[in-house]
Amino acid sequence: MPKLTRRESIALVGMAPLAAGLAAGKDSPVSSGKSSRERIRDRYFPNLELVTHEGKKVRFYDDLIKDKIVIINFMYANCEGICPGITANLVRVQKAFGDRVGRDIFMYSFTLKPEQDTPEVLKEYAEMHGAKPGWLFLTGKPDDMEILRRRLGFFDSDPEVDKDKSQHIGNVRYGNEPLQQWGGCPGQGNPEWIVKLISGVDWPNKNRRG
Amino acid sequence: MSKPSKRRLKEIENAAKNRREIVEANLSRRDMMKMGLLTSAGMLIPKRGLSARWSDPSGIIPFDNPVSPPTRAFVEPLPIMPVKQPVASLTPSPTINPNTAAGEARTRAHQAFTMLPPQKFYEVHQRPAQFSMSPDLPFQTIWGFDGQFPGPTYVAHYGEPILIRNFNGLTTNNGGFGKPSVSSHLHNAHTPSESDGFPCDFFEIGQFYDHHYPNRQAGFNSTHPPNGDVNESLSTLWYHDHRLDFTAQNVYKGLAGFYLLFNQFDTGDETTGFRLPSGDFDVPLMFSDRVFDPSNGQLFFDLFNTDGILGDRFLVNGKIQPFFQVHPRRYRFRCLDSGPSRFWELFLTDLNNLNGHNLFWEISNDGNLLPQPVQIESFRLGVAERKDVIIDFTPFAGKSIYFENRLLQTSGRGPTNTILAPGQGNLALRFDVALPPVSDQSVDPATLPHYYTLPSTTATPRITRTFRFERTNGQWAINGKFVDCDTPRLTVQRNSVEKWILQNNSGGWQHPVHIHFEEHQILKRNGVPTAPGSVENSRKDVVRLQFNEQVELFFRFRDFVGRHPLHCHNVVHEDHAMMLRWDIGAAGDNNTTP
Repeated sequence: MPKLTRRESIALVGMAPLAAGLAAGKDSPVSSGKSSRERIRDRYFPNLELVTHEGKKVRFYDDLIKDKIVIINFMYANCEGICPGITANLVRVQKAFGDRVGRDIFMYSFTLKPEQDTPEVLKEYAEMHGAKPGWLFLTGKPDDMEILRRRLGFFDSDPEVDKDKSQHIGNVRYGNEPLQQWGGCPGQGNPEWIVKLISGVDWPNKNRRG
Repeated sequence: MSKPSKRRLKEIENAAKNRREIVEANLSRRDMMKMGLLTSAGMLIPKRGLSARWSDPSGIIPFDNPVSPPTRAFVEPLPIMPVKQPVASLTPSPTINPNTAAGEARTRAHQAFTMLPPQKFYEVHQRPAQFSMSPDLPFQTIWGFDGQFPGPTYVAHYGEPILIRNFNGLTTNNGGFGKPSVSSHLHNAHTPSESDGFPCDFFEIGQFYDHHYPNRQAGFNSTHPPNGDVNESLSTLWYHDHRLDFTAQNVYKGLAGFYLLFNQFDTGDETTGFRLPSGDFDVPLMFSDRVFDPSNGQLFFDLFNTDGILGDRFLVNGKIQPFFQVHPRRYRFRCLDSGPSRFWELFLTDLNNLNGHNLFWEISNDGNLLPQPVQIESFRLGVAERKDVIIDFTPFAGKSIYFENRLLQTSGRGPTNTILAPGQGNLALRFDVALPPVSDQSVDPATLPHYYTLPSTTATPRITRTFRFERTNGQWAINGKFVDCDTPRLTVQRNSVEKWILQNNSGGWQHPVHIHFEEHQILKRNGVPTAPGSVENSRKDVVRLQFNEQVELFFRFRDFVGRHPLHCHNVVHEDHAMMLRWDIGAAGDNNTTP
């Protein structure tokens, strides 16, 4: 296939709705004019203000998602259920991607207990588990964290199950934002396997990544 | 599992009623605008009850699932997919070993190429195309085999091996969902592993993959040499993308079609063999549901849904609610639920006689002909199940009659146990019995012709294995574990018999479980032996694991070796790890809970 720079592939992605709009018949509903990428952003990625474990304020879409390959999970610091295993797996995932983490691949762990998980608590958690730069642990206003959790599909459609934090969703979401490729896998799976899955949404031309 | 409230159930019924009224009144978009149901921009005026989709009463889902813009029903004819034509030769010629230098992505040698050399060759290109699902919606960018949705129909014959060279001509630009990396599975074929379309045998843009389909019945190289057991003959198969983690997105985008297999009995000619309706009277029907973004009318796929995805528009052969003009005679319909998550219970409904019981004949289960036809009033399809039915339209000459889905389903996790009243469900396809009488040389199923004898299940299994389908921390698992293509969870000894027990301990979700390679027979459901003469007493490749059920399956794994998957065919569950790899080898293992 022709070798695209990342900028070119992003431009191509942006053209899709235009082409579809031109092909649409006269009698069709009027397009909102937004690209599919913008519609994904609007639905799933509210641009909420969050705080990293290093105390830095960030915007969810602008700073964390846009133009990146991302790996996302939800956890809380004093979780003794599935969190430690998933975090340990993600440590190995970070090791496998090496210095790409923080450059074009980013890892985000969002707290399910923002009341307790201050940036300081999360920083201690990150250090204890050996998370390296490029992997952020994030907290924010409780209402915002709840919106984020629901938008990203980290809730159970059974309200009783959803209330029980010990049954919280153990998925790891992974995706390539400009390519609009989004998948999910169990965080407790084999970490080598998780790395393979995430590699599946890598840039089409790995020589020009980042 | 939360259930919809009574109030919401009532709303759902009202929604169906409202939509039906619009359909029956045959309102045009102009009419609907006049009535204030539709804005000039084509947006639906929010009128509570028009959508049959369930918005979570607990309010836990903070943003509404989209409701499709209005579409008129029964304004376009049913599309009939063209038959795929072979090519004289392929360049470069197919090779036993993968032709990596030429761009082939296959990693393993064809195991039956020398024994069963291909006699026909096909070339298919998966590519994007513009496609209209309704005149009331804009064109959609679909991904299709040869740019078609559904893909072209393959017509194959037992004893005639074929090879399909399958090109990935998709684009990085996916329009919001879909992964341009593919693995094409021929669903239910007795196919060597390297041609099965294993979920991790995917190939990328610009690459191709040669699939060798021997078209031999099971047993050809073991119990029934040299041609196989005729009682293992398959009839209605389908092919679809099976790319790991992205099957739901890619099939939703259009990567699916039919593959029909004929032999000396099911001949494709109604004057010979079993004399089943043939030619124009043998029609594949692909049922599916979709939802469209009301802001621009484009296909909508909910990327972060893990329960299962329901649409509010009902498609047959790629069109929303088409009509089909038929002659007053017998037809064979090959009905498939192509997903992603909805179960269907199809009835024949006469809107002018809602109390009538319109009977017809089921002749296959999962596309495998039954011992003899069974008269039915309805049939259920889980995702990927196929049922061949024979309908005689003679009593309906001059009338219209509908295929109506009367199974209430409000969540992607599975259907309810509620069968809606006639006319209260989803009218999917209208048959207009408007064409003149023509000759019908097919056999009347009421004479109970014999098709195939069910192969014996009395052999003692080498091993019994148990598989628990469950949910853990929001993830779909089998025996507590998740998909991993690199690790076989069990190994079957080639040419041996096994019993597999599948369990679902939940009243909250159902799983249509598919096991590749060889069909099974259901020995027992919840401890009760399958009744002889029932539709379930048949050969299958998908078993519906319903609420709190346990099924016992009989398998005979023959002829080939290699890797295959077992998975839930609610493709959203499948893409969220409800799958395992199992292998066939010279020696089997003894893992009873893989």
